Amino acid sequence: MISLKQGQIEAGEHKTAPVDEAGRRKFLKGSAAALALAPGMTLFAYGEAITKPAEQAVTTKSRWGLLIDAAKFSDEDVDACVKACQDENGWRDTGKPMTDAQWIRRVNLKNKKTDEQFSLPMMCQHCAEAPCVDVCPTGASFKRKDGIVLVDKHICIGCRYCMMACPYKARSFVHEHIEDQKEHAPRGIGTVESCTMCVHLVDEGKEPACVKAAPEGAMVFGDLNDKTSKLAQLIKSVATQQVRADLNLDPGVRYRNI
Amino acid sequence: MKIVLIMQKLIITLLGVAFIGVSLLASVGQASAQPEWMPNPPKAIGGQCDLDPKEMRKTHMTLLDHKRDQTMRDGIRTKKYSLKKCIACHAVKDKSNKCVTVKDERHFCRSCHDYAAVRIDCFDCHASRPEDSLNKATKAAGNSHDKLAGLSSIGKTGDTTDTTLRRFIAGEVK
Ligand code: HEC
Ligand code: HEC
Ligand code: HEC
Repeated sequence: MISLKQGQIEAGEHKTAPVDEAGRRKFLKGSAAALALAPGMTLFAYGEAITKPAEQAVTTKSRWGLLIDAAKFSDEDVDACVKACQDENGWRDTGKPMTDAQWIRRVNLKNKKTDEQFSLPMMCQHCAEAPCVDVCPTGASFKRKDGIVLVDKHICIGCRYCMMACPYKARSFVHEHIEDQKEHAPRGIGTVESCTMCVHLVDEGKEPACVKAAPEGAMVFGDLNDKTSKLAQLIKSVATQQVRADLNLDPGVRYRNI
Repeated sequence: MKIVLIMQKLIITLLGVAFIGVSLLASVGQASAQPEWMPNPPKAIGGQCDLDPKEMRKTHMTLLDHKRDQTMRDGIRTKKYSLKKCIACHAVKDKSNKCVTVKDERHFCRSCHDYAAVRIDCFDCHASRPEDSLNKATKAAGNSHDKLAGLSSIGKTGDTTDTTLRRFIAGEVK
């Protein structure tokens, strides 16, 4: 339901472009309200559709998170998510697996007793108690107020402590000069990088690229703090898991069926 | 005879005055034409700078730094003082109608920096020309088969800079 709604809003956005920021917001609000009245639409969908005004700083009111249902992923589905991330953020495999960037990757799991096999997408888990933030000597590794863990590459000195501290191996280091980066995803030599939860999209009220590319319902993005969000409702009602829950890092990314 | 003499004097004086005038004008002309070695930043594609250009010359470094922290740390994504927008509005085309990167000495940000021996690392990470998608968007929009596809490939709401940029790349504005 959520993905349908957002799809419609985006289609509308293109139709009205070019419009100014204020007009766009008004439009978003208007259409969200209209959609909320449509049959079958519930009000919790409404809350998530409203975009943060561009001039407003993020607050602790929201905490962005993901719920990933491993049972809904085939290998190809995971690869599609990886591809979507690469396209969105402009990183790619260059055939050097030791040093290539890796914002999101496929992890294959096998139960040795039963031979059961499955795979899941693994990336920065956006921990509330992030070890990468703790070890960073310059404060470059930081957690935004809304829970998204980022590298402020402007002050990253490339020491890579954070890469060692991360239990999920979610970060990589840029070893070589890069050209023709995406303008919304600057990245360059000598700095550490990782999944940004597509912060540039989230700030515009959109979903991360991998979520869009995942099979229907396999990845749910939303606000963990908003008890009415689809994500919070799911986490309340179904059994979810944290990877390495024993570390007590309180990740924002949760899994099902692993 | 007297009249002829007076006429001669008059002509000579007039010629003299004219000569001084012309040479004066010439020297004034020279003073306003900038010497070649002075930085000569290329013209923006249109619109207005985020700040009076006189001020911008002096303060862009601090403004950019401040904006950087606001966006990075607090997710404030207004257009004003955004590096993306500087790059879009100060795009420079080469002969093949493509926007130049910072590798090209004609790049706006290099025009003064080369002269003042300023080196910035911003473009190690940041795109130094408007994204390729904009070039593609121009084509799509120009073909007018699918104007919306062109707009949507930019991803954002087309604001005036984007619209001007499209027209700039399409060669409609100089
Ligand atoms: C909407 C278009 C636009 C945007 C965005 C913009 N500028 Fe400008 N800028 C101009 C115009 C127009 C001028 C006046 C000179 C000209 O016509 O090129 C100018 C002048 C300048 C100058 C003085 C150039 C000179 O000839 O001495 C500097 C420096 C400058 N801008 C830097 C910036 C920076 C840095 C940013 C981003 C924070 C920025 N501009 C954003 C349009 C823009
Ligand atoms: C090591 C990589 C790197 C370098 C070098 C770098 N940046 Fe950034 N910059 C980033 C990243 C990553 C972002 C965050 C982008 C986002 O969240 O949308 C960013 C965002 C910004 C923003 C806010 C977004 C925008 O386009 O307005 C500004 C302004 C900015 N940087 C200015 C600078 C300036 C000025 C320099 C050079 C002095 C610089 N940066 C050097 C990586 C870098
Ligand atoms: C009108 C000339 C001019 C133009 C055009 C110009 N700059 Fe500058 N910029 C300067 C000068 C001069 C300095 C050095 C000031 C100083 O050291 O006090 C400087 C310094 C900087 C610095 C700080 C460098 C440091 O080492 O701290 C940054 C960042 C910067 N410019 C970014 C830009 C960007 C980005 C553009 C293109 C959008 C640009 N500038 C275009 C004149 C210019």
